[in-house]
Amino acid sequence: MNIIREKTQLSADVYQLVVEAPLIAQERKAGQFIILQLDSTFAERIPLTIADADTTTGTITLIFQAVGGTTRKLALKSAGDTIENLLGPLGQPTHIKNYGRVVCVGGGIGVAPLYPIAQALKEAGNHVTVILGARNRDLVILEKPMLAIADQLILCTDDGSAGQKALVTAPLKALCEGPQKPDFAVAIGPPIMMKFCAETTRPFGVPTFCSLNSIMVDGTGMCGGCRVTVGGEMKFVCVDGPEFNAHLVDFDNMMLRSKAYRAQEQTDHDCFILQYGVQK
Amino acid sequence: MNLDPTALQQEAVHVWSGLDGRPLSPKERLSIPMQEMPAQDPLARGKNMSEVALGYSAEQAKIEASRCLQCKTAPCVSGCPVSIDIPRFLNFAAQGNFTDALGVIREASLLPAICGRVCPQESQCQAPCTLGKSLKNPLMSVAIGRVERYVADTCSDSLPPPAVKPATGKKVAVIGSGPASMAAAADLRQYGHAVTMFEAFHKPGGVLVYGIPEFRLPKAIVEREVNTLRQMGVDIQTNFLVGRTRKLKDLLDKDGYDAVFVGTGAGLPKFMKIDGENLVGVFSANEYLTRCNLMKAYDDGRAATPIYRSKKVAVLGGGNVAMDAARSALRLGAQEVSVVYRRSLEEMPARQEEVHHAQEEGIQFLTLKNAQRILGDDQGRVKAIETLTYVLGDKDASGRRSPVAVHGSEALLEVDTVIVAIGNDSNPLLRQTTPELEVNNHGNFVVDAGGQTSMPKVWAGGDIVLGAATVILAMGQGRKAAASIQRFLAES
Repeated sequence: MNIIREKTQLSADVYQLVVEAPLIAQERKAGQFIILQLDSTFAERIPLTIADADTTTGTITLIFQAVGGTTRKLALKSAGDTIENLLGPLGQPTHIKNYGRVVCVGGGIGVAPLYPIAQALKEAGNHVTVILGARNRDLVILEKPMLAIADQLILCTDDGSAGQKALVTAPLKALCEGPQKPDFAVAIGPPIMMKFCAETTRPFGVPTFCSLNSIMVDGTGMCGGCRVTVGGEMKFVCVDGPEFNAHLVDFDNMMLRSKAYRAQEQTDHDCFILQYGVQK
Repeated sequence: MNLDPTALQQEAVHVWSGLDGRPLSPKERLSIPMQEMPAQDPLARGKNMSEVALGYSAEQAKIEASRCLQCKTAPCVSGCPVSIDIPRFLNFAAQGNFTDALGVIREASLLPAICGRVCPQESQCQAPCTLGKSLKNPLMSVAIGRVERYVADTCSDSLPPPAVKPATGKKVAVIGSGPASMAAAADLRQYGHAVTMFEAFHKPGGVLVYGIPEFRLPKAIVEREVNTLRQMGVDIQTNFLVGRTRKLKDLLDKDGYDAVFVGTGAGLPKFMKIDGENLVGVFSANEYLTRCNLMKAYDDGRAATPIYRSKKVAVLGGGNVAMDAARSALRLGAQEVSVVYRRSLEEMPARQEEVHHAQEEGIQFLTLKNAQRILGDDQGRVKAIETLTYVLGDKDASGRRSPVAVHGSEALLEVDTVIVAIGNDSNPLLRQTTPELEVNNHGNFVVDAGGQTSMPKVWAGGDIVLGAATVILAMGQGRKAAASIQRFLAES
């Protein structure tokens, strides 16, 4: 069970695993995630989005950044190794329909969960613009597969080493101001990016969804650790989400909650936090 | 009271030397001293995760069992949700025949080592006990649970697993692996059906492994009971969330299961709906206990799962889960732990024994108080709760006097952690993905007397039906449903 079939390094610390998980592959829909645990005794449970799945080979694709204890250990695994515990698919699937013109904004590792959503939106007949953001050229992931499905792809880097030297909000704003205002937007990335994407689309009245990745233990609604405030109401990311109306999410609270265990976590991903905000 | 095991054992040896083997008159039985449960010293145990109650010695078990009057009416049996033949097992135990004593219990209950520890015996089998009535003190009833625990701990390894009837060719799915599901799986397997148990977590046992702490129920004991199921041939699939990994309907329509039992528990923590509940440092008791128990966060050096480091903790609620959370926080190094409960100690739903243990360990009880908001610092971390004082008014629908807030009684309690332990709602996942299932206003499954739901071939029991209840009531429902499933399968 859960044998790693392929492993690819996508950038300096981003890896892609193709894992044998036929039941999950069969049931999963765009927007859903899994909980993974490396061993049953002392390992932690972490959520990871299902980036892709193949029902013929019975495999799912996981993309992750080696940034914490568990993801670093996961990055050391090779094809042929197994992942002891894998639970899924979890969460509500993305509501896919033909909105017309959609814009999909992905930042950093958030491009991984964005990919299956962009793919499904394209299949539903939407005109899909993809905006990809990263710190620099080396950290851009999934550019090729996104190019294959997008009607238009806009690449931004913080340092201008690939595409525009801009934050993702700049081309997003330009699209909203342009003659063909998007009918729907999806933004997935570090919370700070999703917050500013939401602020960018809000004045234009473009409905905007985001996918949240908060701290979880069970992933089935039992612990409530992943709760966020959406439109003033308490919601659980694992069973009510992971996707929510970005204009209603209290990102500031979500960011504070993501730091709950910061003192106990390895401090060496602080540089990542400074750059991108917190993503557990 | 001295609960030192050595002292209690010396006393017991002395008492037993005067009783051994002799037929006893009821009057003599009435005068046998009740055997106290040896326990770890309160100060020492507040710093470790080991079990608090250490268990009887053989002499203590025999003496306590000898207190049973063997009365004809045996009101204890009707007080037991699974109707264990209590006088018969106590009679064997009094003779030192612990194996046969366990055999008697096993006729009705698969989980005596667990029930002996976590059942609220004082409100079940021990409540109507004739001895307690004769002594005019229900607390002096035969300590049935303690004897049950002794015989289970001593003899479980020497008894073979329950016998399984020849294969019927029928397949039953059991969803969840807590007490209701364990009881249902054991019975269904004994009838000869192929049984598969589906558990979402990586370990089976449900609330027994994620909820109840090590110091009250050692996980090795749960594991032994789970292994008994495996030895009987129950197939346990972990990491399998029915409703998501596979739809319930698919188990019946595509995977060839002839019947399904749903024992998925309550599993959706309630919050207070007060300001500040999403601050950093506020946890549901479920989360706090799961991190501590299932994920072993107390083992700082080895566990990868972090747990919040607290100095001052407020636990909101007054049930057994609140006691478990408060006592866990203490063991994880908190200096001050307060249980905040809006009624008085008398109305508190937690077992008396748990309240007593918590008090001994130094947990503060702030009764007739409730949190009305949680205050945070500029980092969004909890710094205090604002409490309101209550007085007790008239009795409410639950029969308890309802708390009435005193205006202007606001007070601040400085804490860095708040654990919300006010119960669970039913988890929406299975009903969302199985529209055929009829649920009530609380989201609990609606079932008939035999546990059958509105969906053909689907039964349910335990907290998913009852709301938050006890281990033994869940087990009782699991057994009842198994019997109903058996009748259905025998006819089909």
